[in-house]
Amino acid sequence: MNSTTNMNTKSIKRKGGWKRYLIHLFPLPALAVYLLFIVYPLFSAFVYSLFDWDGLTRGAFIGIKNFIDLFTLEPFNHMFWNAFGHNWIYFVVEMVVQNGLAFLLAYIIYSKIKGTGFFKAAIFMPRLLSVIVVGFLWKLILNPNFGVLNKFLNLIGLEQWAKPWLGDTHTALISIILINCWFGIGFAMLIFLAGLQSIPSEVLEAARLEGAKGLKLISKIILPMMKQSITIITVFTFTQAFEAFELVYAMQGSEGGPAYSTDTLAVYFYRLAFGSANESEIGLGSALAVVLFIIIAGLSALFLRLMRRNDVEA
Amino acid sequence: MKRSITQQSLFYIIICIATVISIYPIFLMILSSFKSNIDVLQKPFSLPSSFSLENYKTLLDELPFFHYIVNSVVVSVVSVLLILLFSSLAAFYIARYNFKWNNGLFFIFLMGMMIPIKLGIVPLFMLMKNLHLTNTLWSLILMYTAIGIPLSMLILTGFFRTMPKELEEAARIDGCTDIGILKNVLLPLMRPALGTVMIINFIQIWNDFFFPLIFIQEETKKTLPVGMLSLFGEYSTNWSTLFAGLTLSSIPMLVLFLFASKQFMDGLAAGALK
Repeated sequence: MNSTTNMNTKSIKRKGGWKRYLIHLFPLPALAVYLLFIVYPLFSAFVYSLFDWDGLTRGAFIGIKNFIDLFTLEPFNHMFWNAFGHNWIYFVVEMVVQNGLAFLLAYIIYSKIKGTGFFKAAIFMPRLLSVIVVGFLWKLILNPNFGVLNKFLNLIGLEQWAKPWLGDTHTALISIILINCWFGIGFAMLIFLAGLQSIPSEVLEAARLEGAKGLKLISKIILPMMKQSITIITVFTFTQAFEAFELVYAMQGSEGGPAYSTDTLAVYFYRLAFGSANESEIGLGSALAVVLFIIIAGLSALFLRLMRRNDVEA
Repeated sequence: MKRSITQQSLFYIIICIATVISIYPIFLMILSSFKSNIDVLQKPFSLPSSFSLENYKTLLDELPFFHYIVNSVVVSVVSVLLILLFSSLAAFYIARYNFKWNNGLFFIFLMGMMIPIKLGIVPLFMLMKNLHLTNTLWSLILMYTAIGIPLSMLILTGFFRTMPKELEEAARIDGCTDIGILKNVLLPLMRPALGTVMIINFIQIWNDFFFPLIFIQEETKKTLPVGMLSLFGEYSTNWSTLFAGLTLSSIPMLVLFLFASKQFMDGLAAGALK
């Protein structure tokens, strides 16, 4: 017994010196990669916005001129507000359609109908696809002449509804947004389901005993108790709506066509940064990046704080 | 919960419609990939008259699809491994030791979750160029590792904090080094958390389209999602081949999902809720 204790004390003492500092190497790989590829580029992007650019070569320091140009020169100014409006439409439609339906579906599954495992998996399945696959797949489905949707409409006698969905400036944006809803509804449904399941059953029982039923039960008891999931989904949807790029790019290219009717801020940013032909405007693109960052990070943080304040009061 | 028959039926109808809408496009995609082009264009609703693998042959023979697949696999697997390794080490360090900079460190990592990294793409592209990493898989691997670290750190740190210290103390008394503790005691217990991290990252990385689009121009180095662009550029009239390409890109994820659907869904939900 004594010999082992002595041995241990010796080994602990010997642990001084350089081996003790080995532990400090642990966070270094993660930190290095993270700082180099995430923090540094983001700060650089902000710095870039303060300079003049000629193609890929950096010119003189021009302060906030890029920002001023972005909002005063045409076509840049018009493009910004056009895309900005589309992002808001994206957000609102997704909140109502995707999240509204997701809540309904989560509620249905929550009420323990048979086969929940299957339904959950089936509705979630689109989420597994790459956004580019979703975009191209639906491009084929929505094709005016050979696509399944129009053929189906013709079959059931609704020919007047068979439109060139992606080619018409009136229908293109909403088509893309609805496809995004198709893609994302499974995820939102799972979050809401988790939220529903976290409500303690005693609360529901008590409410039911007091006669609360159906819609009243939902609005007065269930929704308030799901604040956390609702907040998460809202912030998430907002972030997605303002970062929307892949789907639009896949279906309509970098111009957000037809006639910029599907343009979003992220697509516009891509166009400025990597532009078509010799039109790359890195200075303006970087300025737009800063503006986008402020919008996304700023409004998300604001919203989160609002939600938290409501909790404290309650 | 007692519900009337009408209410139950209504629920069933709604959820069935939702299911059909969700699944049918995928079903159509897979089925069409086995049809001839004429059949796809003229009889889109019918089952294939004969199951032909012709389209897949075209994909592999005439397009660098094999390269796309290999690249996607390599990038996804290596990135996930690096994320797990780096995050585990860093999370262990933060959760288990009380150095005074630990809170700041943790906060720095967490901030990454709120950052829309796409906005830094111009400096990133230049960085990759300067490091001579454009057109290499490493540009993607390093990028995804960096992106995957914040959320993984969050999950793993939380997990480490809940591990009982007695296990560690017992191992230390037995003369284990710090690395030994990590390897022999904690790692086996970490499997569920590691699994969650793995799934969340694997889906995101496999399906990502943005970074390969920017960093990689060489056909043979592209990943599956970007390969789709080339496919649709070249074969825009041969729909059956297009469907085959879409299906081939999606099959790995779909098959994995069929085997592990519960883990997928629980993992993603858990990650988001944190």
